[in-house]
Amino acid sequence: MFGKLTLSAIPYTNPIVMGAVAGMVIAVLAVLALVTYLGKWKYLWTEWFTSVDHKKIGVMYLIVGGVMLLRGFADAIMMRSQQALAYGHNLGYLPPQHFDQVFSAHGTIMIFFMAMPMVIGLMNCVLPLQIGARDVAFPFLNNLSLWLTVAGAILLNVSLAIGNFSRTGWLAYPPLSELHYSPGVGVDYWIWALQISGIGTTLTGVNFIATILKMRAPGMTLMRMPVFTWAALCTNILIVAVFPILTVTLALLTVDRYLGMHFFTNSFGGDPMMYLNLIWIWGHPEVYILILPLFGVYSEIVPTFSGKPLFGYTSMVYATMTIALLSMLVWLHHFFTMGNGGDVNAFFGITTMIIAVPTGVKIFNWLFTMYRGRVRFTTPMLWTIGFMITFTIGGMTGVLLSEPPADFVLHNSLFLVAHFHNVIIGGVVFGVFAGLSYWAPKIFGFPLNERLGKWAFWCWFIGFYVAFMPLYILGMMGATRRMDHYNVAAWHPLFIVAAIGSVIIFAGIGLQLLQVVVSIRQRERTRDLTGDPWNGRTLEWSIPSPAPAYNFARIPVVRDRDAFWDMKRRGVDLTASTFVPIHMPRNKGAGIIMAGFALVTAFSMVWHIWWLAIAGLAGVLVTLIRHAFDDDRDFHIGADEVRRVEGLHGRVHARSL
Amino acid sequence: MSTDQMIMRDGALALRPGYADHAADALRDLRQSHDAVDFQVEHHHDAAATAQLGFWIYLMSDCLLFSGLFATYSVLHGHTAGGPTPQSLFELPYVLVETMFLLVSSFTCGLATLAMNRQQRNATVGWLAVTFLLGLGFVGMEVHEFAHLVAIGAGPSRSAFLSSFFTLVATHGLHVTCGLIFMAVMMVTVLKKGLTPSTQTRLNCLSLFWHFLDIIWVGVFSLVYLFGVAH
Repeated sequence: MFGKLTLSAIPYTNPIVMGAVAGMVIAVLAVLALVTYLGKWKYLWTEWFTSVDHKKIGVMYLIVGGVMLLRGFADAIMMRSQQALAYGHNLGYLPPQHFDQVFSAHGTIMIFFMAMPMVIGLMNCVLPLQIGARDVAFPFLNNLSLWLTVAGAILLNVSLAIGNFSRTGWLAYPPLSELHYSPGVGVDYWIWALQISGIGTTLTGVNFIATILKMRAPGMTLMRMPVFTWAALCTNILIVAVFPILTVTLALLTVDRYLGMHFFTNSFGGDPMMYLNLIWIWGHPEVYILILPLFGVYSEIVPTFSGKPLFGYTSMVYATMTIALLSMLVWLHHFFTMGNGGDVNAFFGITTMIIAVPTGVKIFNWLFTMYRGRVRFTTPMLWTIGFMITFTIGGMTGVLLSEPPADFVLHNSLFLVAHFHNVIIGGVVFGVFAGLSYWAPKIFGFPLNERLGKWAFWCWFIGFYVAFMPLYILGMMGATRRMDHYNVAAWHPLFIVAAIGSVIIFAGIGLQLLQVVVSIRQRERTRDLTGDPWNGRTLEWSIPSPAPAYNFARIPVVRDRDAFWDMKRRGVDLTASTFVPIHMPRNKGAGIIMAGFALVTAFSMVWHIWWLAIAGLAGVLVTLIRHAFDDDRDFHIGADEVRRVEGLHGRVHARSL
Repeated sequence: MSTDQMIMRDGALALRPGYADHAADALRDLRQSHDAVDFQVEHHHDAAATAQLGFWIYLMSDCLLFSGLFATYSVLHGHTAGGPTPQSLFELPYVLVETMFLLVSSFTCGLATLAMNRQQRNATVGWLAVTFLLGLGFVGMEVHEFAHLVAIGAGPSRSAFLSSFFTLVATHGLHVTCGLIFMAVMMVTVLKKGLTPSTQTRLNCLSLFWHFLDIIWVGVFSLVYLFGVAH
């Protein structure tokens, strides 16, 4: 009846896991109780969960990313403390099989459920505003994508309480991840969480490409698009190009595990290295999917706070496109040690080194934009400068690793771990925080507290170096990744330093949480009434903050790059006297319902509850078909309502009031 | 820019001799920066064209999904692990008939699209029904082939070659099955609502999907069956 699922699947005997489960359950119950107490369920359902408004979907993505950052960071601090303790006779507090789950969950969460939602959330919040659109091309699909991502995140967190998570690292290499060596449900949880969220991401990619190509304001040619939009275009092309490969790879591992096939097994002709090729053909472009949008974020922040147009716009666009292309030609550098021979390794080593060229172009463009600019050192700018320093170091260690001979020594060492945290924290995480503090006034209508933001920055910045520079040294000393225990005396002090670094980062995260609370409490005083708090350059700053539901009461006609700067320079009047009804998509519940059924299906597949899996799949299909017959898809916001909202922000021409 | 400023500027122009030569230019600039030129109340987006572009992008991503399966088959087709080889398993005449079902169905799908463009509701549904039956015949033949292979001990768990064969071909078959469901839904839609613009957009997407699966099958037929028997 319930497949492999029995009550013994709940890890009663493990106090650490049960503590975490209790914490999670209490937190969830507290939120549910609070919403019930405030009587906000109907509000949440009609205004948020079913919303097809890209801005609200963006905010929900950001919330998912923020919550998962806490979860992923909890895993990180567990690993750092375990490794600080587990030297010599001290075995630490995490048994190996638990430690393996922790690092697997940490990587999976941070990439798929922290970084991706943050990046997609920023794109949702900002991109349609930058191109002068009133929504994305397929608003309902956008809602569905969000909930598929959420379903994946929920499934992953369920694994903490029911059964266990994968112990095979964030990419689950076979043959270890095959049924023979990993007979439990851990790998299955990993597969299905990634599979459903990955499908959501693919749909997002389709959606944003169509949005950028079809929804731009009149006059906004491709080479007049803001650089963030350009970066998002490249990113979404990469998503559409490589996420199908992830889908295939996961599916092949699935049929190996469920139907006894032999794609990646050790026997019957299976080829485990085929898996490595496939997963990294997705996986390497994936890291550029993460970083490119943030390159775009920095390219918006630097000109704004330097008071100058971006230096080398064209070269920035070409560099972004080049990186997107090259990112698909380097996957093999993740396994130089596989034994492909010198020629193949040399090819992929060289392509890897070449990527440093367009990236260097970008760094110089940002530096030259700042050069002789009137630089304002706001929080977004601090994160950006922190990024430029940190990412350059991470890039250099990356080029070092791209040398196959050096890679043979450093492969799977902590040097590698330090390298990719160097680029992911220094590039992606800093970029997300830069973007959040930059666009917060536009998203929420009030800025994030600057003072706490700066403190948080310094904690993250210093904490990062204290936590990860020792790992470079440890890697050079021969320490490999994913160790729950070691016996080398010389390593111990460095692991302790790294743990201290993680505590400093922890302080940074605490300050950010405080920053959110303080900013919300101060919002009445700090509300952005101008719509343009930073003296911005792109169209999102030409409308009120927070952006009204319809974004643009009138669609701006674009005449130049930095369209809003151009409008300000020409003294264009932002107030309007005539308003027309605006055509908008209607909120729909089918997305969250379909994702709910998908979650049921995935959970049942993990536990081999076949009847429920079939029922869940049928639920998805029936909901989809019902949605297809639903003709009540849109409505108009009346001209009077538009006039009222615009009037609140002083956007109605004085003579027509 | 407001009219007040225009008057002010015009006044300034009149006061300064020699500057009048540029008055025409200045006035043109002023006119260009007026409300009507800086903003449009409505910017029309062609929803049908956007939907079809989106569907094309989706098809390309699906194509890449198949590319992963084709690549895997290419790598693993020789890994027979002492089991049956492609030569010993594939019967070209059977597969040719199967192929014809799909190719002809693509043709009838095209006829459905032509009928749709002529606004002939019944003919559209009729050709879709023919397409549906041909597609069903294709899936039926494929299921029969699979059952036969499993029965003679050449199931997907026999060897890496057979795993990759079954997965590639079955993924295509699964797509065709989804296409059949899509088609059934569309036939009901056309009968209930007629050939409305939104129905036509979806029918166009359906036909794109169906022809796309045809192209994928040409790849399967060539790479898997023809090469398999030839080697």
